[in-house]
Amino acid sequence: MNMRREERKRAALEKQIDENLRRVYEQDTSEEVPDRFMMLLERLREQE
Amino acid sequence: MTRKGEANPLSGADPRSELVNHLPALRAFALSLTREGASADDLVQDTIVKAWTNMDKFQPGTNLRAWLFTILRNTFYSARRKTRREVSDSDGIHAARQATRPEHDGRLAMNDFRVAFQQLPDEQREALILVGASGFSYEEAANMTGVAVGTVKSRANRGRRRLAELLHLTDGDDLDMTDSATMAVMAANQPVSR
Repeated sequence: MNMRREERKRAALEKQIDENLRRVYEQDTSEEVPDRFMMLLERLREQE
Repeated sequence: MTRKGEANPLSGADPRSELVNHLPALRAFALSLTREGASADDLVQDTIVKAWTNMDKFQPGTNLRAWLFTILRNTFYSARRKTRREVSDSDGIHAARQATRPEHDGRLAMNDFRVAFQQLPDEQREALILVGASGFSYEEAANMTGVAVGTVKSRANRGRRRLAELLHLTDGDDLDMTDSATMAVMAANQPVSR
């Protein structure tokens, strides 16, 4: 009984942590990619 | 769209032309490891060059993002081993003390969460980003980091527990209160309802 309650709490906490992880990660992935990377890919293509 | 070499029958495109689609995720993963924007972008740059020049080693039809993430984290750790730089974390520690309780809706102030996350050891941040944020399975993450599945699980769980501590998410009577000293402290500090 007590065990199950602890497990539920742990699962809820894990969910909350992971939701926040995803929010932070999504915020980082929605940042605009700087030009230097497009230029790098362009340079690599030209070197082929 | 240009095609070089043989087209991948599964995706129909040269994986090189797909690199661009993974840049945002690579930058986010790099930032979670380096914790600093300029180093993160240098790491992404190294990763792209390595991926480009080793693309013949990529197995078509497998997960390109997982392959790129693996290159990125291996590059990060080998550079770290070389320099053996001890990063002073005093700013982060100071900022972590300002962490507050969650908002009423259970969402944490994003900055508090970021600051707490940065306190975690490298391998815990890595495990959490791979399985908690980017949606890789424990098996995939284990392959990518070269450790057992159980190791990834325990890293992720230790990371979550530490985050919960740093963010004061342990609500008094719950969780892993195996430590009697911790229990006593928690009992003496019953959360005040707001």
